[in-house]
Amino acid sequence: MTPPQRTGTAAALALLLMTATACGGSGSGSDSGDGELNVMMYQDTLAVVQHNAAERYNEGADVRAVIDEVPGDGYDDKLRTVMGSGEAPDVFFNWGGGSIEPYVEQDMLLSLDDALEQNPEMEEAFIPSVLDAGKIDGVQYGIPLRGTQPVMLFYNEQVFEEAGVEPPETWDDLLSLIDTFNEEGITPFALAGNTTWTQQMWLQYLVDRRGGHEVFQRIQGGDFEGWRDPAVLWAAETVQDLVDRGAFGDNFASVSYTEGGASALLAEGRAAMHLMGSWEYSTQLAEAPEFAEEHLGYTTFPEVPGGEGDPAAVVGNPTNYFSVTTEADSAAAVDFLKQTYTQEYVADMVENGEVPVTTNAEELLDNSPNPEFARYQYELVQEAPTFQLSWDQALPRTAAEPVLTEIDRLFNGQTTPEEFVDALAALQ
Amino acid sequence: MSVLSPSRDGRRPTAVPSARTAPSGRARRAGPRVGRPGAWWALPALAFFAAFAILPMGLVVYLSFTEWGGLGDPRFIGTDNWTRLVGDPAMHRAVVLTLVLSVSSWAVQTPIALLLGVWAAGRQRNRAILSAVFFVPLLLSSAAVAIIWRALLDPNFGPLAQIGPLIGMPGLDLLSDGAAAFGVIVFVTAWQFIPLHMLLYQGGARQIPASLYQAAEIDGAGRLRAFWHITLPQLRNTITTSSVLMVVGSLTYFDTVLILTGGGPGTDTTIVPYLMYRVGFESYQYGYASAIAFTLVVVATAVSLVMVRLTGFGAMRSTREGM
Repeated sequence: MTPPQRTGTAAALALLLMTATACGGSGSGSDSGDGELNVMMYQDTLAVVQHNAAERYNEGADVRAVIDEVPGDGYDDKLRTVMGSGEAPDVFFNWGGGSIEPYVEQDMLLSLDDALEQNPEMEEAFIPSVLDAGKIDGVQYGIPLRGTQPVMLFYNEQVFEEAGVEPPETWDDLLSLIDTFNEEGITPFALAGNTTWTQQMWLQYLVDRRGGHEVFQRIQGGDFEGWRDPAVLWAAETVQDLVDRGAFGDNFASVSYTEGGASALLAEGRAAMHLMGSWEYSTQLAEAPEFAEEHLGYTTFPEVPGGEGDPAAVVGNPTNYFSVTTEADSAAAVDFLKQTYTQEYVADMVENGEVPVTTNAEELLDNSPNPEFARYQYELVQEAPTFQLSWDQALPRTAAEPVLTEIDRLFNGQTTPEEFVDALAALQ
Repeated sequence: MSVLSPSRDGRRPTAVPSARTAPSGRARRAGPRVGRPGAWWALPALAFFAAFAILPMGLVVYLSFTEWGGLGDPRFIGTDNWTRLVGDPAMHRAVVLTLVLSVSSWAVQTPIALLLGVWAAGRQRNRAILSAVFFVPLLLSSAAVAIIWRALLDPNFGPLAQIGPLIGMPGLDLLSDGAAAFGVIVFVTAWQFIPLHMLLYQGGARQIPASLYQAAEIDGAGRLRAFWHITLPQLRNTITTSSVLMVVGSLTYFDTVLILTGGGPGTDTTIVPYLMYRVGFESYQYGYASAIAFTLVVVATAVSLVMVRLTGFGAMRSTREGM
C-alpha cells in the first residue's frame, strides 16, 4: 500500500502531464482545409449568441463553423493543453492580455492587423478602449465577442432605506457608512474572500483611483518595480484599514463567490454593498429575481483622497475576445469574426442581458431585460477614459497566481502593506 | 523498498512470512508443495511499478531542471528551480505547515484508532454494528467528505450559523481563522482516516493470543494493566505500520485542502501538495512544481525510513517473542 501513497503526488503530476499531451483536445482538433472552422467557446448560458452566429455564418459560407463548448471551470487548462499538443482550435474564446500572451510568444496566434486594415468597418464597429484591450504589444490579436463587464458597486436599496442613508459618493461617505452598518449589525460590504479574485477588485480600484491608469500599465508592461509606486502601498494600507474597520465583517475569508455566498448575503440584506463585476446582476436575477428587479442598486466606485486617477475610469473585464490561431484558414476565420458586430448578433446579445461593446448597440439597448441597467453600464464604459483589464487576466499566469496569493494574505492580515509591496516587486 | 518489506532486509535467513500475517500456519499444510517463487514472479508488479512510479518520477526529476509552461518544449535552466525552492518563503511556510499537519494528524489519529481498534476486536454487544458505522467515512471519497464538511461549517449558511448563537457564540466561524481552519483540516482528515487505522488495530489485536490475557488475569492484572503490558507491546508492529501510513499519507492530503479551505485563509493551510498544485496547474510552472513534487517524494521516503529504523520494525522477527 505504501509505494503508491508516497509516490502518489509525483506520479499524479507526471501522469497528468503525460495524459495532458496525449489525449487532450479530442473533439476540438482540426486541420486547416478540412472544410471546418473549429471555434472553442466558454460554456455558459450566453454562448447561445455564438451558436446563432455560427448558424448564420454557415448559411453563406463554404466552410462550416463548429462551436465546441468547454465547461468554464477547466477552460483555461483545457485551452492550454490543446494549444500545447498541436490540436489547437481555429478560433477560441479568451480574456485578452495575459490569457493569450503565452500563445503570442509561441507564435501560435494570427495578427489581426491586416484584417482590420482590409476591413475598416471592423475597427469602427467597436468602442476604441475595448478594442485596444485586445492588443498585445500594439498588435491586435483579439476581436471582442461579448458584452462588457465593468466592476461596480452594487447595493441593497432596502437596507439603505431602512438605515436612512445614501450610497457613497466620496471616500468619507464610504467610511461613515461602514460605521453606520456595523452599528446596525449589517456587514457593510459583502466580500467573497474564499474566491481570491473578488478581493483583487478592491485593490484594482484603489490603485487606479489613487495613482491613475499608468500605475498598473507599467506593471502590465513587465516592469514589476512598478509595484513600488506609492499608490500601491496606499491601496494596501487602505485595504487593511477597511478590514480593521470591519468593512467586510468577520468571516469574509470563508465566503465563496462561485457558491453564491456573497450574492446571497447582499440579497438577504445581511450585507449592504458588494463590489462586483456587472454579471452580479444576472447572478441575482437567477438566484433572487425579486431582489434583482426591485431592490438591487448600483453605483460607481467613489473617489479617494489625494486621488490622481480619473474617477470615471473603470476596471474589470472590458469584454471577451475571439483570437485566431495560425492553424486556421485565415480568410474563413476573419469572415467568421465579422459576425461579432452584425445587427443580428448585437441584438441577440442585448436580448440575453449583455451590454455589447459595439458602437451600434445604443439604440438596441431598449430591448434589454433591464434597459435602465444596460444603459447605465453602456454609458459607464463609453465615458470611461480607461478600462483596466482585471489584473489576473492582464498578467501572465505565472505572475497572476502569486499576486492573488499575496492579495489574499494582505486581506487576512498575514502580511504588512510594506511586505506586500516587497513580495510583489520580487516576482519575476 | 526495504521499508515496506521487513522480510527482505537480509537479516532473516529463510523466507518465513511474518507470523503476524500467516493465519496460524494452517495454510502451509494445505496441498502439495508448489515451486518456490522465482524472481520473475515479481515481474508484473515491477512492470506496473516502473510504468506508473519510476518513469513518472524520472520525468519529474527531468522537468525540475527545466522551465515549461505546457507550450513548446521544456527549456533547460539547470538548478534554478532548486535554488528558488530553497529561498522561496511560500515553500518555507508550506513545509512548516505540512510538518505540523503530519505530527498533529498522527497525534490525533493514533490514540483514537488504537482504542477503537482494540475495542472492536472484542466481543461486546453491538460491536459489529457500531464498527460498521465507524467504518462509513472511509467509504466516502475525500472530495465528498470535504464538500460535506464545508457545507456544515459555512459560517453564514451552514448549521453552524444556527448553532452558534444557541451556545453563546454568534460569530462562530472555524474557516476564517488560520489556526481554526488548520484544526478543521486535522479533524476532517482524522474523521476520514481513523476507520482505516481502526481496522489495522482491530486485526492486530485479534492476533494477540488469549492465553496471554488469561495468564495476566491469573496474576491479578486488571484490564488497564493488561492493556498497557500486553496489548500495547503486542501491537508494536501494527503501530509502526499504521504510523508510517498515517504520516506518509498526511504528506499527500490535497483534496481536503483544495475543497475545504482552498489553502486559506490567506496561505494558512497551504501545505506542500497544495502549493505544488497551485504552482503547476494554476500558474503553469511545471518545472518548479516538479521540484516541489520531488522534494515531497524524497521527504516522504526519508520519513518512513527513519520511522522504521527508529522503531526497530525492520529487525523484528515476530511480535510474539517467547511464544
